[in-house]
Amino acid sequence: MIEDFLLRYNYVVFALLLGIGLYIVIDDENLVKKVIGLNIFQTGIFLFFITVAVRDGGSPAVTHGGEGTFVNPLPHVLILTAIVVGVSLTALALALVVRIHEEYGSIREDVVVEVLERD
Amino acid sequence: MTEAVGGPVALLSILVVVVPILAAVLPLAFGRLSDSVGVGVALVASAVNAVIASVLAWVTLSGGERIVTEIGGFPASQGGIELAVDGMSAVVVALIAVVGFAVAVASLDDRRQNTFYSLYLLLVAGLSGVCVTGDVFNMYVFLEISGLTAYALIASDGTGRSALAALKYLIVGTVGASLYLIGIGYAYVSTGVLNMYDLSELLAEVGYADPLVLSAFAFMATGFAIKIALFPLHTWQPDAYTEAPDRVTALIAALVSTTAAYALARIVFTVFTVEFFATNPIVQQALLAIAATSVVAGSVLAVIQTRVKRMLAYSSVAQFGLVVLGIGLLEEFALVGAIIHLVGHAIIKGGLFLGVAVFAGALGATTVDDYDGLGERAPYTSAAFAVLAISLVGVPPTVGFVGKLYIAIGAVNEGAWPLVAVIVVSTVLTLGYVLRLLERMYFTSPASLEGATPAAADGGEPPSSSSSSASTSGSDGGSDSASGATPAPGPAASHHPGPAIVAVVIVAAVASLVLGFAGAGIESILEPTVNTLFD
Repeated sequence: MIEDFLLRYNYVVFALLLGIGLYIVIDDENLVKKVIGLNIFQTGIFLFFITVAVRDGGSPAVTHGGEGTFVNPLPHVLILTAIVVGVSLTALALALVVRIHEEYGSIREDVVVEVLERD
Repeated sequence: MTEAVGGPVALLSILVVVVPILAAVLPLAFGRLSDSVGVGVALVASAVNAVIASVLAWVTLSGGERIVTEIGGFPASQGGIELAVDGMSAVVVALIAVVGFAVAVASLDDRRQNTFYSLYLLLVAGLSGVCVTGDVFNMYVFLEISGLTAYALIASDGTGRSALAALKYLIVGTVGASLYLIGIGYAYVSTGVLNMYDLSELLAEVGYADPLVLSAFAFMATGFAIKIALFPLHTWQPDAYTEAPDRVTALIAALVSTTAAYALARIVFTVFTVEFFATNPIVQQALLAIAATSVVAGSVLAVIQTRVKRMLAYSSVAQFGLVVLGIGLLEEFALVGAIIHLVGHAIIKGGLFLGVAVFAGALGATTVDDYDGLGERAPYTSAAFAVLAISLVGVPPTVGFVGKLYIAIGAVNEGAWPLVAVIVVSTVLTLGYVLRLLERMYFTSPASLEGATPAAADGGEPPSSSSSSASTSGSDGGSDSASGATPAPGPAASHHPGPAIVAVVIVAAVASLVLGFAGAGIESILEPTVNTLFD
């Protein structure tokens, strides 16, 4: 049982990153940290795709020169796209946080909600 | 099923995505020339797109064939992306294009910066892309394009509240899309392909009881449930709909969840197919349970709201519960009902939210109490609003009735009597909140304004008479502008809606009636497409 987990530590890391990221998103009142949590969550998924592409003794598809085993390049391409999406999302999220900070003078969700309820 | 590859018709399925994307660049490139570049480009591009999408829908529905297009000449077997349009996607694409054009027309009197129109066109492109793609990862990318632009559009009026609502939507929506991405990963690991039709064959070979296949579906379905805003994953939706600018709310309420529901139907029927659910009846039961909960909870939450936009937002939670019921029943009539209800709900909700925009713009009315006597003060919009609201309840002969009827027939055919009861209960609850609004609009005269001249569209202006209802709306506007940094009163209260938006609301009401009368005809048009999904 434990051996199974140790041999597949990469999948354990994937699950841990998902959990840690989601926990920060849900639990932390700081909006910037929520965005960081979202990034950790997404990074977990990226690593999952990369790790399933690995072949034992394989080289990167671009440099292997047509000989021998090479790792599956398709997940790499997918994740390149997903990273671009993630960067755009982070940029937009941070722009919104800046806007919220201008308006309410805080990046903590509880403080902002307090200000909103006072109105 | 027949299948057409390439040819001029295939070009159309590329164009519905490419036209809005290319057009989205123009307001940015030529924005310095004039402030009206954006609105002009948006109108022309969305009109062209509506024509293209209509032709595409006509070809697919009349021919009954699936149009498959290899992008860049790479076959799917070599990792290429295919576009695949069948009747179901074509209907939703046409809906997106037509509603997009209608909202662009309705926004004529509410001119915005050029960049706004770029976002709007990108949203239309992203939504169309979700519908035409035949590749699960490509669908993720389009889903995120439409998501990103929707978040930005919600915050586009720059208030703190809308920024907060947009950020909430962004975080929850991204988690949803990411769960879908995990689902793609699991499906890819078990099959090695991403093309939907290849996936459906290879998933069957792997075995539907395989834990990896089951988890893939669970992640995908949960992701879409968040994007559709099914209870209890709807938490982003009421805030987003309420705080967004009124016309943006109409666009998003009509199209974004609709497209996510389409995506769920596509994954259910094309990728996992009916046999998957026959092997795992518990998955179907779970889907139906979530949908039924959503119908009841959404209706109850809508009844207790005081702000009209929020009420309509919760109503969408319930209506999309009905659509997912129609999908989850896995029955021909129910799926026809789900597709009709997708289209019907988009027209009804889009029209209702535009009506809300007229009332808020002309009369400053935003809460249920503010709607006193609107029937006299804004007669045309109120009449159209009433027709749409009745259509939302599902009274014949409206499109809301047709959709619900087919879903209910499907439930009866499957012997799912508890679900029939859920549909009836939700109709009664919908009647509850709709009647509350209509009673206010037509049978409650605003006590304060009785003496005043019934000058239409002037009632909500700064309250000169110290009236109870006028001061309610006044204090409401006050709190809004207090939260905004701008010293000017909220743009909604000072700004006068033009004839274009009123015309669009009326057209929506007429469309809901026409589609209602055409009910049986729509069923026969959709039948060949739906039958192929059950093969």
